[in-house]
Amino acid sequence: MAPKHKSVETRFMEARDEALRALRGLDRRSFLKVAAASAGAVLARGLLPPHAFQLVNVAYADPAQPGWSFAYISDTHLYEKKLNERFVRAVLKAVDDVNALSPQPDFVLFGGDLAQLGKPEELAMGRDILKEVKAPVKMMVGEHDWFLDLGEHWKSMFGPVNYSFDHKGVHVVVLMSVVERDFWTARKMTPLERMQTVAGLDNGTQSRFEVGEEGRAWLKGDLAKVAHTTPLLVFSHSPLYKYYRDWNFWTEDADEVQAILKPYAHVTVVHGHTHQLLSNRIGNIHFHGMLSTAWPWPYAPTGLPPLTVMMNRADPFDQFDGTGDGRVVMHADGVADKIYNLWDRNPVTVRASFLASNGARDKPMATKLVTY
Amino acid sequence: MRRTAGLLLLFCCTVARGEIPKMGPLAQPKRADQAGLPHELTAAVTPADNPTTPDKVALGQKLFFDGRLSADGTVACATCHDPAKGFTDGKPTAVGIGKQVGHRNAPTILDALYNDTQFWDGRARTLEDQAKLPITNKIEMGMPNLDAAVASVAKVPEYQTAFQRIFGRPINGDDLARALAAYERTQVAFDSPFDRFLGGDENAMDAAARRGWATFNGRGRCMSCHGVNGTRPTFSDDKFHNIGVSAHKQNFVELARKGLQLIDSGNARAVDDAALQTDMSELGRFLVTKQAHDVGAFKTSTLRNVLVTGPYFHDGSQETLWDVLDHYNKGGVQNPFLDGGIQRLGLSEGEIDDLVAFLAALTSDSYAAIGKKELARQRALSRTKRPQRDVAAALGKKAQGAGFQGPFGDAMPPQTLRNPSTIGGR
Repeated sequence: MAPKHKSVETRFMEARDEALRALRGLDRRSFLKVAAASAGAVLARGLLPPHAFQLVNVAYADPAQPGWSFAYISDTHLYEKKLNERFVRAVLKAVDDVNALSPQPDFVLFGGDLAQLGKPEELAMGRDILKEVKAPVKMMVGEHDWFLDLGEHWKSMFGPVNYSFDHKGVHVVVLMSVVERDFWTARKMTPLERMQTVAGLDNGTQSRFEVGEEGRAWLKGDLAKVAHTTPLLVFSHSPLYKYYRDWNFWTEDADEVQAILKPYAHVTVVHGHTHQLLSNRIGNIHFHGMLSTAWPWPYAPTGLPPLTVMMNRADPFDQFDGTGDGRVVMHADGVADKIYNLWDRNPVTVRASFLASNGARDKPMATKLVTY
Repeated sequence: MRRTAGLLLLFCCTVARGEIPKMGPLAQPKRADQAGLPHELTAAVTPADNPTTPDKVALGQKLFFDGRLSADGTVACATCHDPAKGFTDGKPTAVGIGKQVGHRNAPTILDALYNDTQFWDGRARTLEDQAKLPITNKIEMGMPNLDAAVASVAKVPEYQTAFQRIFGRPINGDDLARALAAYERTQVAFDSPFDRFLGGDENAMDAAARRGWATFNGRGRCMSCHGVNGTRPTFSDDKFHNIGVSAHKQNFVELARKGLQLIDSGNARAVDDAALQTDMSELGRFLVTKQAHDVGAFKTSTLRNVLVTGPYFHDGSQETLWDVLDHYNKGGVQNPFLDGGIQRLGLSEGEIDDLVAFLAALTSDSYAAIGKKELARQRALSRTKRPQRDVAAALGKKAQGAGFQGPFGDAMPPQTLRNPSTIGGR
């Protein structure tokens, strides 16, 4: 019997062995076919990580034609300049990355938590840095941007927190999911105390994240005129499912939100907040986490969706390990492939077919740091 | 015609043989009773199909100094890996046949047996694999193929009998490499003052070197890549890092983008071709893995005998250890592919001097005299010439955003020494 727990390294080696076995199993003709198709399918960096042994991953021989792509930068957690330069350095690197993409993404999503403590100067610095992005930037709010002044500055800089637009046949929704019930008035907290409480990942004083009644009503209204056959792309800061409550890797009213999204044939949710490789599927909804530019979070002790391809521990000496940015390729048929651009590791592509098949097909290569 | 070529070859050999270093006492296999020698690890890194035997080592040593392995007889392994110079050549980048200059600095053979991979970009796994490649490299030893080298060696009757005796078969490329590798595996260096210090002799290193050892493990952050322990005794993590050396070259970012574009086009072979024909050799490990995060990354080199194996970095661009430390102190040269571990250090002059003293204490006894002279030379140079020194950048008083475009390129705020995790509060 196989052991219950397999380390990331073990699974990586198994995946590699499987790929190598497949290579031996191919005759010359099908190898050429696979190799040619793979080479031809490389549309952009990261879409096909160019390992020799990935050329034979047969699913790659017949990819759905990508329709368009967007890039993201997320969870920059900028501090005031005089306090911390490392995170500034990281977001500059991300901006440089997305500006170097060829072809350019249709837009760049900012995934929330631009600031660390929601201060006007933190937000302004982030805004000014993001001005350097060549593609249009779509902003999303995170709890670190919000709880100092309940969004006053953020909204004055970037506009409404809930909004939607249509792009190349896809209905795109940006949804505020980090509403918290009032825990501060009764405790007589100052705005900064409120912010600092929320900024503590495992600070149990705060409430759980939720889209809230108002947000759900807005979402229903927004989707009222969208046909159920239209592919949906939803951006939220917290994952729109229940992963780990104590860290707010969680949306309290996720079930209600999922019910609103249920009638749609293809729904892709892309979220921030968790700072890690994270994939999930619930019915018709595919979920992808975004990387942070600032730091990676460890995986929560329980609740990890089984479809997640984990990354192993980040090198604590390397600011850029476990962090990065990424892209999403939207296919013409409404499904999305998620590409994690890990700065100091190989990129990882989580294909829609992997989630749709419940992990049976197109398993991504596990991300692995060279052993210590 | 063939006869003329043969005569020409003979002529070249006689004229140029003098350029190949002599086999002095430093070329001999090293003693096995060195203070810090990791015996078990040494056994573990010796392949089962190539045990180290005295006969084989002697054969390998002879071959190591034999110019007949090169196309015109002028270059031997020892040309670039001269035992008298710590098995390097003391030049910024290697010089091969016909005085052709390569792109990379010749690394030392000392302790190379412990490397996970060989070459600056790790393209060979073992010493055996490594040994074959310079022989057929156009600008190094220039043989058209390994068989040509075998044929050249096979003309010598002594070699024929030696190979037959040791391997039980006629000379062939694999055995040639095995003999060279067996000799290289005897070049171990664990008899430095540092090894005796670790062994319990507190006075083996002077006070400056001891302070340097503390800085090495502390504020200098050196041990995050150059850590030393039982399984990695050579001060290398055997990984590949972009420490911002390639970015010294003006066109590095442009080259990197071009390399990535070639990969994106789906034609990985195009990168290999470009690497040979252009200065894409600066892209380092990327040429092997074709991964973006390996652009400009080179292998962490050993620090043992670093004092006598300069000049430094993959391109030999830094002449003294002070220059190397100045480079790290200011956080390298910014570029979009810079390793996340490279940060400005804010070390003082005193701390830098201490670190050099510590690095000097990693010199083997056999190189002690050469090292003493070299340290004096480098120290004298460092008192007047510090091309990499940038105190403002090292102390965070100046932005260093050369690689970044836009208004924040020159407005990087100073780094706080306060732990950021304490700022958010609970």
